[in-house]
Amino acid sequence: MAETRVDDPGPRSAPAPHAGRHPGPKEYIRIAIILGAITAAEVAVYYIEGAREFLIPILFFFSFVKFALVVLWFMHLRFDSRTYARFFVMGLAGAVTLFLIVLLTFQVFSS
Amino acid sequence: MASVSVPAERPGGLLRRPHATTGFWAWFTTVDHKKIGILYGITAFAFFLIGGTEALLIRVQLARPDQTFLDAAVYNELFTMHGITMVFLVVMPLSAAFFNYLLPLMIGARDVVFPRLNAFSYWAFLFAGLFIYSSWFLGGAPNGGWFGYAPNSVIDPTRGMTFYAIGLLIAGIASTVSAVNLAVTVLNMRAPGMTLFRMPVFVWMGLVVQLLLAFSLPVITIGLVELLFDRLFGTHFFDVSAGGSPVLWQHLFWLFGHPEVYILVLPAMGIVSEILPVFARKPLFGYQFVVFSGIAIGFIGFGVWAHHMFAVGLGPVANTAFAVSTMIIAIPTGVKIFNWLGTLWNGDIRFTTPMLFSIGFIAMFVIGGLSGVMHAVVPSDYQQTDTYFIVAHFHYVLFGGAIFGLFGGMYYWWPKVFGRMLSETAGKLNFWLMLIGFNMTFGPMHILGLQGMPRRIQSYPESLGLAFWNMVSTIGSFVIAISVLVFLVNAVASFRKPKQMEADPWDARTLEWATSSPPPEYNFEEIPVVHSRDDLWHRKYAETEGGRVVPVAAGGSGEGTYPDGAGHAAQDGAGHAGGHAIHMPSPSYFPVIAAAGLPVLGYGLLFGVPAVAVGLVITLAGFFGWALEPSAE
Amino acid sequence: MATLEHSAAAPVTDHAATSTGLPHLKLAMWLFLASDCLLFGALISTYVLYRGASTVGPYPADVFDIPYTSVSSFVLLASSLTMVLALAAIQRGDVGRSRVWLLATALLGMTFLGGQVYEFTSFVREGLTLKTNVFGTSFYVLTGFHGTHVAVGVLMLLTVFTLSFAGKINQDSSMTVELVGLYWHFVDIVWIVIFTVVYLIPTGSPAGG
Repeated sequence: MAETRVDDPGPRSAPAPHAGRHPGPKEYIRIAIILGAITAAEVAVYYIEGAREFLIPILFFFSFVKFALVVLWFMHLRFDSRTYARFFVMGLAGAVTLFLIVLLTFQVFSS
Repeated sequence: MASVSVPAERPGGLLRRPHATTGFWAWFTTVDHKKIGILYGITAFAFFLIGGTEALLIRVQLARPDQTFLDAAVYNELFTMHGITMVFLVVMPLSAAFFNYLLPLMIGARDVVFPRLNAFSYWAFLFAGLFIYSSWFLGGAPNGGWFGYAPNSVIDPTRGMTFYAIGLLIAGIASTVSAVNLAVTVLNMRAPGMTLFRMPVFVWMGLVVQLLLAFSLPVITIGLVELLFDRLFGTHFFDVSAGGSPVLWQHLFWLFGHPEVYILVLPAMGIVSEILPVFARKPLFGYQFVVFSGIAIGFIGFGVWAHHMFAVGLGPVANTAFAVSTMIIAIPTGVKIFNWLGTLWNGDIRFTTPMLFSIGFIAMFVIGGLSGVMHAVVPSDYQQTDTYFIVAHFHYVLFGGAIFGLFGGMYYWWPKVFGRMLSETAGKLNFWLMLIGFNMTFGPMHILGLQGMPRRIQSYPESLGLAFWNMVSTIGSFVIAISVLVFLVNAVASFRKPKQMEADPWDARTLEWATSSPPPEYNFEEIPVVHSRDDLWHRKYAETEGGRVVPVAAGGSGEGTYPDGAGHAAQDGAGHAGGHAIHMPSPSYFPVIAAAGLPVLGYGLLFGVPAVAVGLVITLAGFFGWALEPSAE
Repeated sequence: MATLEHSAAAPVTDHAATSTGLPHLKLAMWLFLASDCLLFGALISTYVLYRGASTVGPYPADVFDIPYTSVSSFVLLASSLTMVLALAAIQRGDVGRSRVWLLATALLGMTFLGGQVYEFTSFVREGLTLKTNVFGTSFYVLTGFHGTHVAVGVLMLLTVFTLSFAGKINQDSSMTVELVGLYWHFVDIVWIVIFTVVYLIPTGSPAGG
């Protein structure tokens, strides 16, 4: 940029090349295999009669792990600027919190 | 004005790139944030006049008991359209006008991050407003209240509520993309040296508002889609007999609707935060507190929505929780009030029209805030809800608050935008008439509400004893009308004056006053380098040991305060920054085209599927053309 | 005389200087995705609210075919892999390879959509439409919204794929692929939630257990 600058301008800067580690195709494939395995496990758990009681927490755990893997690795949030994560978490946490409250007012979680 | 480069012949190009800089086509294809801001402002003001007329009709009907000037069906349409108009077609776009025009200037940028997206937002808003208003001629206007409660909004047999759902969906798209656009602009386009805490409060409020929009609009989008599907496709979202719940609509609506009221008032608060320091010749008292309070209001604002639902039967736990959160939000609001008062305290005050409107804002907003806190007390609200006490509350905060602030902003920035001043004499008349008329109209509504006058009734019987204050209120509304006329005359008359205005007629503090009035297309000759908050002020003035403010030797007001004289060469055509030409983004047809497909799609949903396909094709063609066209050529 | 791009909206490159150091479009995309969380939050909670509320059938247990839908899930997950491989390739400057993975992603996306269409039509044949009950209402609108997002994603993928032949996609403009990728992965994670909440977590029918 050829703007006249009297002194160090401070915050303005060109975007840094990917800071830190950068996963390669092998790592992505590994993650995809894990995702596939978890999905298979989810379906298996669905059919196991003995697991009925814990079905919901187990399924939530599994989907949470898949969610995190895709967001952190495939969407690169683990390696990118905190700012992206902050905004995404704002939206995600906002959605989860607000709608949990709405469902609570309908007593969806009570028997 | 700066020249825009002549478009190259594009082999195989469908539409030649527009290149007009003046005249109708220039406005039609503009991507310049300043022109877009003016378009928003003019359109919003036109809707203000229409919404105001709707209000006058309501007041005429209610002036006396048992009147039949308007039948119930038309009355329902009028109060519904009045609400929709004022919220979505006046205050929001008027705030957008200020954000669009000023945010880039205040942060020392040349435009917003995505200028064509900016234009798209304006056109989508305009088409949404026209679409909703076309309903008057196409089967009836929306009549279920601006809040469209189900199941009434679902089962109403006229077309109005379908227009409501589709129209607001289109407007929502406009606002959502604009929110992303302006948020990224504020975060990414600040001049060197402008850290977040050196930004003007108006810019901060802008950022908070864009985030509120981005996170609240999706919720009402789904609510409106569910409403639309229930109306058009026989779904059961709000159908009790099928297991649905109308209360779901209320949650979805108010999850948006409450942040929306902060979207409506925070811009005006930002404006007041800019005006007070200038006309008190003092920095804003407690800048960080004002900023953090704005953020807190935005955040807590997401946690109070069910205070609109106290009488629905959510139960004591929910009611209590929301009552408490609603009371808590009064705290950051109060902090702002005290900081504004602190700004005025011991200031060297000039009672110009912008200053009067700002002080008026503070006083009226406090009154509205007090009645608001009264509603927060659940048992009190059982008496107040659905009465005119509520109508009084929200008009005090939205009219006495937001509108007063926006009027103050118009008087303050008029010279910057149009190169002429509005008359101070007419301005003061405008202010006093508006203040008196406003209080005459809405003050008595507190009494009427507590006497039991329900909302949304077409008439009331003589025996209820409500006649006197209703008459006072109606007279007040016509005083408001006269005050608006005074403004209009003032505005029109200002254009008779020659367009010669200094860069900084008010001796102000922020960067928009460092460039000419009006600014050149590229805003600044050289992007300024910022060293402090209120950077312009500190270039002009320094403080002596005794704390006295003295002019800086090399400075003056406005021009000449930044290297190479921002604002010097504004009149000579092409902008030059240090010998290099400034290339601005080129005008484009595609934003209008992409926006135009949306109402066509809407009419298709109402009248026939072929139009849906046509609308989709137009919008997609617009988007593809846009994506493939370079931003500047 | 050299003309310099002072334009506030210079053609998007990774090299435009910004106050945060972050590219405009990427910041905008993350903000958009954050707001999209609320969109799907509203749809999913509508579904959850109405779980078990239908007064007439068919009910979820009557129509859901878990093995079938889990194949759909695998397909979408696989498409996230191909997407990220497309990005890795273009960041290396390998346009050809990237093109292959982009096409693969689009094809997997279309397979997913085809699977949805087949699933919907078979549900309709079994008597579940938008209007049948709140289950049909909330199910079709939720998965329909998701499917529309997938369709838009496929459109973007095919567009980028086509543009790559015109030389518009290369190592310097890898941001375009990255942005499409972010959108695509988001659509995938929404499906992860839908698969669990809608399909796997059982809804008892009111008459039965």
